[in-house]
Parts: sequence; C-alpha cells; structure tokens
Amino acid sequence: MEISRHWRLKKQRYSLIGEVCPHCDAKIFPPRDVCPECGQEARSEFAFSGRGQVYSHTTIYDAPAGYENNLPYTVALIKLDEGPIVTAQLTDLGAQPVEIGMPVEMVTRRIREDGDERGMLVYGYKFRPAWNAPIK
Amino acid sequence: MREVAIVGIGQTPVDEHWDKTLRLLAGEAIFAALNDAGRDQVDGLFVGNMMSGELSRQESLGALIADWIGLPGIEAMKIEAACGSGAAAARAGMMAVASGEMDSVLVVGVEKMTDSLPSETTSGLATAADADYEAAQGLSFVAINALAMQRYLYVSGWKHTDFAPFSINSHANAVHNPYARLQEAITEEEYHKARMIAAPINLLDASPTGDGAAALLLVPREYLRPTTRGYDGRGRPVITIAGSASATDTIALHDRRDPTWLRAAELSAQRAYAQAGVGPQEIDLFELHDAFSIMSALSLEACGFAERGQGPRLGLEGQITLSGRIPICTRGGLKARGHPVGATGVYQMVEVVQQLRGEAGATQVEGARVGMAQNIGGSGATIVTHILTAL
Repeated sequence: MEISRHWRLKKQRYSLIGEVCPHCDAKIFPPRDVCPECGQEARSEFAFSGRGQVYSHTTIYDAPAGYENNLPYTVALIKLDEGPIVTAQLTDLGAQPVEIGMPVEMVTRRIREDGDERGMLVYGYKFRPAWNAPIK
Repeated sequence: MREVAIVGIGQTPVDEHWDKTLRLLAGEAIFAALNDAGRDQVDGLFVGNMMSGELSRQESLGALIADWIGLPGIEAMKIEAACGSGAAAARAGMMAVASGEMDSVLVVGVEKMTDSLPSETTSGLATAADADYEAAQGLSFVAINALAMQRYLYVSGWKHTDFAPFSINSHANAVHNPYARLQEAITEEEYHKARMIAAPINLLDASPTGDGAAALLLVPREYLRPTTRGYDGRGRPVITIAGSASATDTIALHDRRDPTWLRAAELSAQRAYAQAGVGPQEIDLFELHDAFSIMSALSLEACGFAERGQGPRLGLEGQITLSGRIPICTRGGLKARGHPVGATGVYQMVEVVQQLRGEAGATQVEGARVGMAQNIGGSGATIVTHILTAL
C-alpha cells in the first residue's frame, strides 16, 4: 500500500483522533464530515480516550497478504466508551480468553510489514486487556 | 417504464476452470443464454464482476467481452458492487430495458478466482470492506462475518449448531445441480466437526469460491408476440422482473447502528415487494446470499420471513427445505453451488428462472410462481433484491 495513504491517517492510527458533532455532540470515529446521528456537518476534532469494551471478536487463521507473520491473531469490534465501534486487533492477551464485554485499552503496535515490497512498517492502534478498568 | 422479461438464461459450472480464461467463461454463459432465448439481437452488455483488476490484471470487461462474443460496437460496461456485482449488473440491464433506452440487453456475471494464491484471493475479497479501517487492521472477509455472527449468537442466544440446517439444506439441493461446485450432501455430524476458520465460523458455514459465469437476456415484455403472451416461442412461461431494488448501508460493519441487522436487505426487499405488489407470504422460493450461514439468518429476518433474532428457527423447523414454507438455496446456494463472487447474483436469478419455468428437476418447488433472489455486496453494504414472476 502507498506510504501517503498510511501517513495521512496518522492521527487516527496513532491517537484515535475522530470528530465531535457541533450540532448534536455525537462522537464520531473514524472521522467523517457528515454526522451519522444528525446528518449535519461535523469537522471538529475530538481525541478519544482509547478505552472501551469488546463488542465482538474472532481469531484469524487465514490471513490476507501482508499479515501472515502475525498468525493466528485475534480481531475485535471495540465499543469505545464515547460510543463509536472500531475494528482492531487485540494484543497482549496472554492466556486470557476473550469475552464480549471485556474492558480494553488502545495501544500502538506494528500492524503489518510489506516485506521486500517497500520495506515499510505500518504502525497503528490495537487494543489490550485493561485489567484495572471498572466493568460497566 | 416497460415491463422487462428474462427470455434467456445460461451458466457454466462453478469450478476450478484452469483451462478457461475469464472471457471464455463469460462467452460460454452468454452463448448459452442467447441459445436458450433463440435470439441474437443485442443492444447492450452489462458485466457483473468484482475482482478482475486485482486478480487477473484485466479491467474494461465490457469491451473485452463484447469483442470476444463478436459484438464489438455495442455499448458495454462493468458494474461493480463487491459480491453484489452480479445482481447490480442485472439491475442496470433491467433499467436500460425498462427505460426504453435499449431493447435487448445481455447481463453476464463472471469471476475468475482460482488463478491466484489463497492469500491474494483473501486480500482481494477484503477490498469489499473498508480498506482504511477494516482491511488495514488485517481483517479478512471471513473475519468480518465472524464478528457479525459472534455478536448475533451473544445477543440472540442461539448456538452455533443451530445454524447447521442452512448448510445441510444447501448441500442437499446442490446434489441435483450439475452446475454446482460441491454436489455432495453433508451431515449434521460433519458440520459439527468441521475445521474452525474464524470462530464461530467453521468450514461448513462458509461458501466455496470458484470460477464461473452466468448470463441473462432481457427484453421488453411487450415485444413478445401477443399470441404467445405468457409463454415464449418454446412453450415456456415468460419470466417477468416484477421487482428490482438496490439499497446501501455503511461499508464498514462497525459503523452500523446494529451490526446484526441487514438494513440494506430490509430496504431493498421492501422496495421490491412494493413494486411487485407482494409480501413475503407470496414468495414461493428465495435464493438468498448464504456466503456464510449467519447471512441466511440475517437475510430471512430483514426480508420479513422471520422475526428479528429468529432466523435460525426456520432452519430448525424445516421451513427452508423444498417442501417447507419458504424454500431457500434450492439449487445449492452459495454454500454448495459455489460463490464466484461477481457472478453469484446472476446465478441466483438464473436459478429462480429455472424454478419458475419448472426446469429445476429434482429440486423443483411445486407450483412456483413467484421467486426472489437477493445478492449481498460486502458485509451488507450493497444489497440487491429481485422478484421474478411467471405468467
């Protein structure tokens, strides 16, 4: 994939920067310029806390090209505390079984490597168990 | 708007066609459809295909195939809506005929998938998802469906084993379809023991890909001679497209208000029902998009055949078999006929035509007059619903 394509998503990948709707206060991630809640323009940046819960999960045994080195890996839908759901890999799981409702927090990890193609390492968000978080 | 009739159907077996190119497969299905119709006039060609650029390094399929079938000069284009490309192309062709812009339209769905390495095909299929926010996280298309199914099990309380009837039904029907990829029955025990590929989805929840092509020839119904109105020149009932609708949802599963509800299926089915003047109770058979068993349940629910969260019950109660209340996947479905992604939506429509003409052999639904086909692109981002009627 193109270097610029990863570069321009750096705020989202490294810092979970989304948007907040100035009209209805909905928190939006990934950013989109039309609020999905009220349909009005939303361009104000908002930094998410990175805390959330596992909403759904699965483990991948057959990876798309470029992700084979991680196999097997667990991916999840994470419901962020602020509302939106994001798709991400889980990491640092140890022997802990993954369950829906499990509290997690965002960390920055290597997502993929291009190998010999461009030699590019792509970093971004993954989520790990948040052991000290209160279960809601 | 003119009523549109399907006067010709054609298909190739879904298989690993190592000896056949993409254009050759498309041509085989097209010539079969023209032969079936007994016609050769063609004004336009709409090609349903998802991944020719990614997997075959070939785009411009409209011109490629028009040239191959000996019709350079006609208007031709590719229509893409991920795994929903086939039905999207059929709908584009339907609109061309209905509007009066064209009088005779070929629709072909074609996909060539088995030239590539599995990881390349997996990457290609993942282009149906949000490239920046799903695929970039290493998600395969199977995994996205697994996330939907895991959540569905959690919310609805069904167990994985409750989905067995969907796969067993599709395989049982494919035994009698010579074009099917997997013409073999499976047992409940085999389903339970199948290798897990992305929990809770195991190998027998998932449809096999393959190479294949299917084609339709569309003309205005009013052009059929009045003396044979209701039947074509060969004494077969004329099949009319009574409902055709397409709807979209968020491309990413995570952006849905409810990731276990196919909003685009609900919208397109409602529109198609309204056009055809029918409801789910009038549908005699339903070729739904069982790329994964979870999609069978979600599709049945969104289209009004089951209450929300109750889709698996139809399978467990035997309502989806040939003699049940709403037979589904009567020719094998995606699960066993196979899923050559961009061609699948056209295969579904070919199969509904077979049923309405009474040409479905051992899997014939007795007295079928109204059939529905629903083709899903991505995890539910584009969903196209067609309702076909006989007489």
